[in-house]
Amino acid sequence: MSTFLQSRWAAPAGFAAGALLLLVAAPAALSGFNLALLGKFICFAIVAVGIGLAWGRGGMLTMGQGVFFGLGAYIMAMHLKLADASLFGGAGVPDFMSLYGSGEVPGWWEPFRSPVVTLAAVVLAPGLVALLLGLAVFKRRVKGAYFAILSQALAAAFAVFLIGQQATTGGSNGLSGFRSFFGFDLKDPANKLMLYSVAAVVLLLALAATRQLMHSRFGELLVAVRDQEERVRFLGYDPATIKTVTYVIAAVMAGIAGALFVPIVGIISPADVGVIPSIAFLIGVAIGGRATLLGPVLGALGVAVAQTSLASTFPSFWVYFQGLLFVLVIGFMPGGLASLPQLVSRLKRRRIERGGKGSATAPATHAPEPAHPAPASAANVPEEASR
Amino acid sequence: MTTPALLPDGEPRAGGLRHGRPKYLEVRDLTVAFDGFVAVDRVNLDVIQGDLRFLIGPNGAGKTTIIDAITGLVPATGSVNHTGTEILGRKVHKIARLGVGRTFQTASVFENLSVLQNLDIAASPGRKAAELLRRRTRVDPAVQEALEIIGLEKAADKQAGTLAHGQKQWLEIGMLLVQNAEVLLLDEPIAGMSQDERDETGLLLRRIAASRITLVIEHDMDFVREFATSVTVLAAGKVLSEGSVAQVQADKKVQDVYLGTAGLEGH
Repeated sequence: MSTFLQSRWAAPAGFAAGALLLLVAAPAALSGFNLALLGKFICFAIVAVGIGLAWGRGGMLTMGQGVFFGLGAYIMAMHLKLADASLFGGAGVPDFMSLYGSGEVPGWWEPFRSPVVTLAAVVLAPGLVALLLGLAVFKRRVKGAYFAILSQALAAAFAVFLIGQQATTGGSNGLSGFRSFFGFDLKDPANKLMLYSVAAVVLLLALAATRQLMHSRFGELLVAVRDQEERVRFLGYDPATIKTVTYVIAAVMAGIAGALFVPIVGIISPADVGVIPSIAFLIGVAIGGRATLLGPVLGALGVAVAQTSLASTFPSFWVYFQGLLFVLVIGFMPGGLASLPQLVSRLKRRRIERGGKGSATAPATHAPEPAHPAPASAANVPEEASR
Repeated sequence: MTTPALLPDGEPRAGGLRHGRPKYLEVRDLTVAFDGFVAVDRVNLDVIQGDLRFLIGPNGAGKTTIIDAITGLVPATGSVNHTGTEILGRKVHKIARLGVGRTFQTASVFENLSVLQNLDIAASPGRKAAELLRRRTRVDPAVQEALEIIGLEKAADKQAGTLAHGQKQWLEIGMLLVQNAEVLLLDEPIAGMSQDERDETGLLLRRIAASRITLVIEHDMDFVREFATSVTVLAAGKVLSEGSVAQVQADKKVQDVYLGTAGLEGH
C-alpha cells in the first residue's frame, strides 16, 4: 500500500470520492432505469457491509441474512400498502386483501399505518430478532457450520411462512404495486432520484460506521474472538456478547436495506428473502473479500451487475457461473479479490527466495504457523489474509 | 510517566508475604473426574501472595487439569477460594474477571493482531462500552509498562503470529500483567525455549511473583531448582509432597515416583 492510502486523509478522501461518485456522477450519467437498478444493487451492498463485519471480522457465517432483509422489507411494504389504501381509496384495506382475504386488515398490520412506528420497526424488528437469536445461539456456544446451517434454516422457514400467508402477506406473490412513499409519488423521477440518494447515503453511513467499528477496540476484540474464541474467555470477556452485538448490527443493516429495496424495486416476495437470496448475499462478499471494508461492497455490486447483464444474455447459465465463482473463490482465494495484491506479492517473494537470493532474508517474513490447538479450538471459518 | 506499579520491588519467598494481609488461593478437596476416571483427587493447595510456587509431577499427574479446574474450563468439585471469594462453579470469563489469569502450554496469542493490540485487549474488560467503540489514541500506561517488562517494546507493532515461540510466551505473560491478574497460573511457560530465553523467563517470573499469587507447572527440574521458592509434587491426581525444593527432593515418596517413571534430573 502506498503511503497516501495509510495517511490520515485517505479515509475522508475516499469517502468524499465515493459520495461524489454515487450522489453526483451516477445520477448524471445513468438513465432513470439504470439508476433504479443501481439503487437496488446498493441495497444489496448495504447487506454486504453487515455480512462483511459479521462473517469477515467476526467469523459468523451468516447464511440467513434474507430474514432480516425480509423483515425490513415487509414492514416497509405493509406500511406502503396501508398508506396507498388510505390515499387512493380502498377504505384503508390493501387491494390484495380484498381479493384473497376477508377484506379486513389483520390486527398485526395496524401498527404499521404509522410512519413513525414503521421506521422504528424497520430498525428494531431485525435487531430484536437477531438479539434473541444471537443470545440463544452464541451463549450455548453454537458456532461454525452449525450456526451457518441454523441461520439458513431460519431463512427457509421464513420464506415458507410468508408463502403460507396468502391473505396477510400476499403469499408467493409478495407485496407490490406501491404508488406512494411517505406521501411522495413513486412514479415521479425526482422522487425516484431522492430514493436512490437515500440508499446511497445509507450505504456511505453504513461504511463509515463499519470502518469506525473495525478500527475501534471492539473491532480488534472481534478479530480476537473470530480467531480464538476460547482464549478470549480467559481474558474476562464473554465472546457471546461480542458476537451478538455484531450480529445485531449486521441484521439492522440488512433490515434497513430491505426497507429501501421495497420502494426502489417496487416488489418484495418470498423469492427475495429465502435461502437463495441469502446465499447470493454471501457470494458477493466472498468474492470481494470478506475481511475488508470495501471488498464486500464492491463484490456485491460487481456480482449484481454481472448477474443483470449476464442473466439477460445467458439466462440459464448465470446460476452455474455464480456457483462456480463461489467455489473457486472459497477454495483458492479465501481472502477474496481484496487479497489479490497480497497473494501476488507473496508469490513474488517466494520466487525471489527460490531464485537463490539467500535464505537468510526469509524466516522473519514467513506466514505464521497454522493455528495451534487452543483448548476446544474454535470451529470457525479459518482465516487467512485478514488485514 | 505515571506508571501503575505492575512491578513493586522485592523477591518472592517461600510462604509468601510476611506483612499486611497477603492475598491467597486456597484449594480444598478439588476433584475432577472424567467418565469415572479421577484425574484430580481431593487436592489441597495453598498459595500465598509473594510465593513462587511450582507444581511438578510426572506426565498425567493432573497438573494442567488443576489449572483447568481453577479457571473453570473443566467442571470440578471441592472449593477454590481466592482471598475470600469462592470461584469454583463460575463461568470462565467471570473467574478471569475475579483476577485469575492463565497461560497455555502452546502459547495462544491472537496471531492476526499486533503485540500492542494483544496487550490492549487484555486491558479492555474493565473498559466502558463507549471506550471500546473508540479507536485507541494512545498507548495505555499499563500496556507500555508491560511491553517494557516483557522486553517487546521494539516489537509492539509486529503481528503476534510472526513472533518467536519464546516471545509469544512472554506476550502471554504480559497480557496477564495488563489484565491485572492477581493469580497467575502458568502452564509450562519455558517449554521449547532456548537456555537464554529460559533464564530470562525465570528472572521475569521472580520479578512478577513478588507481588502476586503464582503457580507454575514445570517439568524442567533445573529450572525449578533455580527459581522456585516452594514446590508441590503431584502424582496420579494426588498431592504427594510439598515444601522447598530441597525438602521435596529429599522426600522418599517423591524419589520413588520419579524413579518409577523418569529420573528426577530429567523430564
